[in-house]
Amino acid sequence: MLALILILIPLIGSLLLFLLRGSNAGVSKNIALLTSLIEFAVAAYAFITFDSQTLIEIKYAWMKDLKINFHLGIDGISLLMIALTGFLVPLIVLSTFKYSYKKTESFYSLILLAQAALMGVFMAKDIFLFYFFYEVALIPVYFLAAIWGGVNAPRITFKMFVYTMFGSLFMLVAVVYLYIKASTANIQELYTAAKFLSPTSQNLLFWAFFIAFAIKMPVLPFHTWQPDTYSESPTAATMLLSGLLSKMGVYGLIRILLPLAPIGLSNYGMIAMVLSIIGLIYGSVIAIQQNNIKRLIAYSSFAHMGLMAAGVLSGTLSGIQGALLQMVAHGINAVGLFFIVKIMYDRTNTRDLNSLGGITQNTPALSIYFMIIMLGSVALPLTNGFVGEFLLLKGVFDKNAWLGGIAGLTIILGAVYMLRMMQRSMFGERNAVTSEFSDVKGTEIAVLLPIAAVVLLMGIFPNVFLKITEPAVNSLLQLIHP
Amino acid sequence: MYPILVLSITGIITLFLGFLKSKKVLLPATLFFVTLAFFANLYDWNKPGLYFNNMLQVNNFTILLSAVILLSAFLIIALTKGFIDDEHAQPAEYFAILQFSLVGAIMMTGFQNLIMLFIGVEILSVSMYVLTGSDKRNLRGNEAALKYFLMGSFATGIMLFGIAMLYGANYSFNIDAARTVVTQMVSTQHSSVYLYVGVTFLLIGLLFKVSAAPFHFWTPDVYEGAPTIFTTFMSTIVKTAGFAAIYRILEVSFSPIYSFWWVMVIIMTVLSLIISNVTAVSQGSFKRMLAFSSVSHAGYMLMAVVGLSNKSDDSIVFYSLAYSLATISAFGVLMAVSKEKLVDGRPDESIAVLNGLSKRNPFLAFILAISMLSLAGIPLTAGFWGKFYVFSDAAFRGHIWLLVVAILMSAVGIYYYFKPIIAAYMRESEGEAISLTPFYKIILGITTFGSILLGLFPDLLRSLM
Repeated sequence: MLALILILIPLIGSLLLFLLRGSNAGVSKNIALLTSLIEFAVAAYAFITFDSQTLIEIKYAWMKDLKINFHLGIDGISLLMIALTGFLVPLIVLSTFKYSYKKTESFYSLILLAQAALMGVFMAKDIFLFYFFYEVALIPVYFLAAIWGGVNAPRITFKMFVYTMFGSLFMLVAVVYLYIKASTANIQELYTAAKFLSPTSQNLLFWAFFIAFAIKMPVLPFHTWQPDTYSESPTAATMLLSGLLSKMGVYGLIRILLPLAPIGLSNYGMIAMVLSIIGLIYGSVIAIQQNNIKRLIAYSSFAHMGLMAAGVLSGTLSGIQGALLQMVAHGINAVGLFFIVKIMYDRTNTRDLNSLGGITQNTPALSIYFMIIMLGSVALPLTNGFVGEFLLLKGVFDKNAWLGGIAGLTIILGAVYMLRMMQRSMFGERNAVTSEFSDVKGTEIAVLLPIAAVVLLMGIFPNVFLKITEPAVNSLLQLIHP
Repeated sequence: MYPILVLSITGIITLFLGFLKSKKVLLPATLFFVTLAFFANLYDWNKPGLYFNNMLQVNNFTILLSAVILLSAFLIIALTKGFIDDEHAQPAEYFAILQFSLVGAIMMTGFQNLIMLFIGVEILSVSMYVLTGSDKRNLRGNEAALKYFLMGSFATGIMLFGIAMLYGANYSFNIDAARTVVTQMVSTQHSSVYLYVGVTFLLIGLLFKVSAAPFHFWTPDVYEGAPTIFTTFMSTIVKTAGFAAIYRILEVSFSPIYSFWWVMVIIMTVLSLIISNVTAVSQGSFKRMLAFSSVSHAGYMLMAVVGLSNKSDDSIVFYSLAYSLATISAFGVLMAVSKEKLVDGRPDESIAVLNGLSKRNPFLAFILAISMLSLAGIPLTAGFWGKFYVFSDAAFRGHIWLLVVAILMSAVGIYYYFKPIIAAYMRESEGEAISLTPFYKIILGITTFGSILLGLFPDLLRSLM
């Protein structure tokens, strides 16, 4: 029942807002916030009361004659993603409170619809249900990005939409193929059935799923939609994309790709890993040269996703555990960083590092939050990025030492672009643009404080998360390496 | 069987109603007649049987397809409110012809005898030729009607030739009898040229009607020239009836010689998918784009025929309904918007006319968005499941490569189906707000709600079968 409630709450909130079209903007903001807070409370309840022995599951017949079910279930991996979604959406809603948007109700309605679909993706136990939610999640975010985005948004987001849809269609072929071969749509049963597939079909399945998820994350060479989309979208949509939607790709790798195509993984996993790591280095190098801070963070996201993909594809316990932890950490950090960019743009009307500088002299509070979140992103010990990145690198290193060594460069490169951004924007002399910069207050603190707190808490107590996911990851690993 | 009787009688009554001074009674009366036929149709539910000297079959599949046809007809007729105000229009004749054409469509779903099929096709086609040219002052319409008539009668001729050949091969027009002969032929490994030529010609005739490539050349011109309301009728009801006929004839009579006709059908499927989707991308006119979209959907529905199995009938019913609902929404929006702006005295039917629709009328923009998403086959809408069913049918038969082509073409489809959405939501326009009658809103609301409902609970329809 809990699983269903997690989907229904944002869905009802979204419908309510949709029906309230034309009402007061303030009311719809509060409804959106309230809905997402209730959702957060339920997600937190699920997180606290979770124990890996009892299975939380619901199952309704969806298409009886085809044996396709509306089947949701929560295990450790799902729970972590649910917690992340539940935590981030209220912050995303809150981060928009200071600003006014045209058609406010539709704006928040779409955010909540995206949340409902994300919850569905992370809980689906039926492969068609997974595909269904995976596609549905994109639609509201596309509209958010396209309608409320910048001047070029229609063109750029359209590219994003066609690109990701194209990838998903590969997945659809793979899903239909699996379904016909195994005559079941239950993911757990498919795991067993997939073992009997021929190596050729496993290889094809591997590439079909990999392309679908690689476009979503994105991984080199499927990333060309990402920087433009991230920088042209309104901040809320960018946060949803980088914080949550990209995680669907990694989640898909862990939940679908690895266990369903283990032979494909051992044949071609290395190529995919090399691609991911090239992307990681490439993204970092471009990030170092960026002067537009929103694009800089977009490229840093791209680099981080590359490392997560490589860790998962290594097929090792530490790689997958690290990816899970890093998904949470990166989701939180990305939302925080994009919000800080938004704060800067709001006050100075520029995202150019060359015209910023000296902000820290006016803003002690913002500086501290920025510093904490930035260090989390750099993966300093005692911040949330550290454990995840360490485990990811260990996973890659265990698989192939050379690749591990190259991937390790991310520690240095990441520090370079992040510190450069911090230094050029916050420190130095004040100039005309930044002299009137006022410190964060009100809802801005309400967004940044929880993020900064979680960055530290996760860094100090990573075991809370690792323990939750370990049994689920171990059972997945048994499928990959029988 | 009952809807045929009902509609034949009410069609004549409608003609007489035309003598009344007030034209106001015509629309409600026609809607009532179609509703009557709808329920008369359901009366035979779970009571399969043969009627009219074994000429017509009634079973749950034909009833469901007739229900889809009658429901679409009801929704389309309800949208005709506009043209009654046109002084040159002849509403009584239009409504009567529409009802007669429905008789033809229902005969095409339930024929048990090839003669009945031919009569059904002819009734439907002749009605369509007339309605296409019904706007006498429109040169485009006249050209379209002539084109449709010439090419259509040619196709009918080929089809009749095919039927004659089949009679030569099977010694009977009855489709069950044909199956017996075909099965015997397969078991004795005896082959008959008459049979193969007959099947091919019959298929060509029917595929022309559903505008599958390479017999689609009439489609864009006729769709564009005909008054939009009859274009809607053509692209939904004619297609549903045509596929009912193709499916039944192949399933009942010729499934034993699947190995003969599948290559032909698969080539036409691939051609329909590729030609239509690629051409639709560069269309500037919304109506022409929908015409090519109609060709592409013929391709998708042919996938269910290629993957012929005992589940294909479900797929065809579902796809027909999903496609009809979305198409009616799309044309409904086009009718409401295009009449606001005239180009050379004709409604402007380009995609650009939709610019800024979300400001001019948010309701219409929403309807348009859902219908385009459904036609593109994106989850949350009925179109997704429709595609899913036909794709699985083809895949079950092992045609994985066909599936790959279809999927690639779906991706192309997303590209052009999003053009209207982008125009409606992201472009600016100087147009004024568009007002709609409540009735129009309700009808479009029903089609859209239906699309979403079937998108969430596809089993609602499939559990009936």
